[in-house]
Amino acid sequence: MLKVENLSVSYGELTILQGVSFDLQPGEWLMIVGPNGAGKSTLINAITGGVPARGRVIFEGKDARTMKAHELARGIGVLAQSHYVGYSFSVEEVVRLGRYAYAPTIFSRHGGEEQAVHAALEQTGLYELRHQNVLTLSGGELQRTFLAQTFAQDPKLLLLDEPTNHLDLVYQKQVFELIQNWLKQEGRAVISVVHDLSLARVYGTRALLLDRGKVVADGTMEQVFSDEILDRVYRMDVRAWMNRMLAQWKEA
Amino acid sequence: MNERNGEHFRGWEYLLFATAAVLTLLLSVCVGSVQIPFATTVSVIWNGIWGLPQPAGTAPAILLTSRLPRVLAVMLTGASLSLCGGAMQGLLKNPLADGSTLGVSSGASLGAVVAIAFGITIPNILFAGTVVMAMVFAFCSLLIILGLAYRLDFSLSTNTIILIGVIFSMFASSVMSILIAFSGEKLRSITFWTMGSLQGTSYTNVLVLLIALVLFGGVICLHARELNAFAVGEEKARHVGVNVRRVKLVILIAVSGLIGVCVSIGGTIGFVGLVTPHMVRLLVGPNHKRLLPASLFGGSIFLMLSDLIARTLLNPLELPIGVVTSIIGAIAFVYIYGSARKGR
Repeated sequence: MLKVENLSVSYGELTILQGVSFDLQPGEWLMIVGPNGAGKSTLINAITGGVPARGRVIFEGKDARTMKAHELARGIGVLAQSHYVGYSFSVEEVVRLGRYAYAPTIFSRHGGEEQAVHAALEQTGLYELRHQNVLTLSGGELQRTFLAQTFAQDPKLLLLDEPTNHLDLVYQKQVFELIQNWLKQEGRAVISVVHDLSLARVYGTRALLLDRGKVVADGTMEQVFSDEILDRVYRMDVRAWMNRMLAQWKEA
Repeated sequence: MNERNGEHFRGWEYLLFATAAVLTLLLSVCVGSVQIPFATTVSVIWNGIWGLPQPAGTAPAILLTSRLPRVLAVMLTGASLSLCGGAMQGLLKNPLADGSTLGVSSGASLGAVVAIAFGITIPNILFAGTVVMAMVFAFCSLLIILGLAYRLDFSLSTNTIILIGVIFSMFASSVMSILIAFSGEKLRSITFWTMGSLQGTSYTNVLVLLIALVLFGGVICLHARELNAFAVGEEKARHVGVNVRRVKLVILIAVSGLIGVCVSIGGTIGFVGLVTPHMVRLLVGPNHKRLLPASLFGGSIFLMLSDLIARTLLNPLELPIGVVTSIIGAIAFVYIYGSARKGR
């Protein structure tokens, strides 16, 4: 589905990503993990052409760099970690933007817009809020609005950049469960950047560990989340820390 | 995408806004240093359109050769400035943007000042030298600004556009100040022109404004969905499939072309492009499918009323229209911005 080959990103002398390569198959939920500054968000940006990068990104056999913006958007949807909407659009108007890729000119016609928008609103539990001004939404509702927009876009691959970073536990759970349900349909895949290693472990099917712009490990959760690898990358005893966190709950 | 979904401006809304604009136009044409009854005004315009014999007296001459072309020019200028303001506020996701943000209007002003200061005229056509020079300078400014923007930042980021616009405007203003300092007895004409006025506009000017509005305004209105995406966020626009660089370039060229023509004919008329889209947004919401057509009507009504005040407030003395729009606009803007922030 997606093949990333030798992807590198530099800003002048500063190298952010260096020769990153990996493959992604339908049905996978790839968790990109690593310490701050590892290049995780840059990798997401580089895949969608948001930053100038060397190397190749092949999506469904086509070079993503040569694909038209709307063609790429039909295949790949992106959900950022936070959003600032400039004006008081309604939830439904924001979700509807997700259908842009299916009629990129006013002369192109594509049916099913209403159904797709309503389905996305229903799926994310926002149907009742569809007329509400997005400037009045809570952080979780706003994130769900943009998730609904991405669902309405109906991509095959979903790229998530720290999707629940600013959300409390309830919304974290909601968003991850919604994505997990979305992934159940055949031919879909998810790549998400996450800080929280526990979340990554629970929802991911595979992990890619980055450190200082390079791939340190790529494989199943068990392979990547080994004590030796994690301790080396995070420069601390990760298991001891996780156990200490968990112990607090057990004692309570 | 073309299914009806309630996002569009509805037929009755078009009718309501158009009726308000026509009534304002008729009021503007009736009222002036010589008051002409409403019925006479309507019949003179009607007869004028269909080439029927006109009633006796001075009314037909005043209405058809002086007031009507001026009011039509004001209407089209107001519509254009407001449309450009709405488009720029969406494109740059910045409520303080308007058509002059890119700096092309300063370039056009410079062209007009050069024409007045050096006495460049076209024989037998009043103000034509100023208009043509302003248009030439507006076009050159657009080329310089976009060329510079591309060279500095190939992605044409919002910050680069705003920064280059501000720098270019400052540069053009400095050159204008130098010209004004050496302009001698032409100072009054220059100052009056820079404050904006549509006094003495001809049907030719009206035609030029109409063509520019149909052409450039049409391009802007065709990009309502893209502007919605930009207003939500440029990054988001890219993610949903908008070709952000191409759309940005097309809209910037269309806005600059339209603003260049407006400034060339009417001078710098401030605040219409900034304030009207905000007023209209309160009525019809931020969706550009509704905001852009509503801005066209809103801008034309706002500027016709401002022109009416400019002509009649200190009769027989006439105020520059830009002074009136700035005074009304500044007060209205503070009020609107204050209430919008409270309403969040």
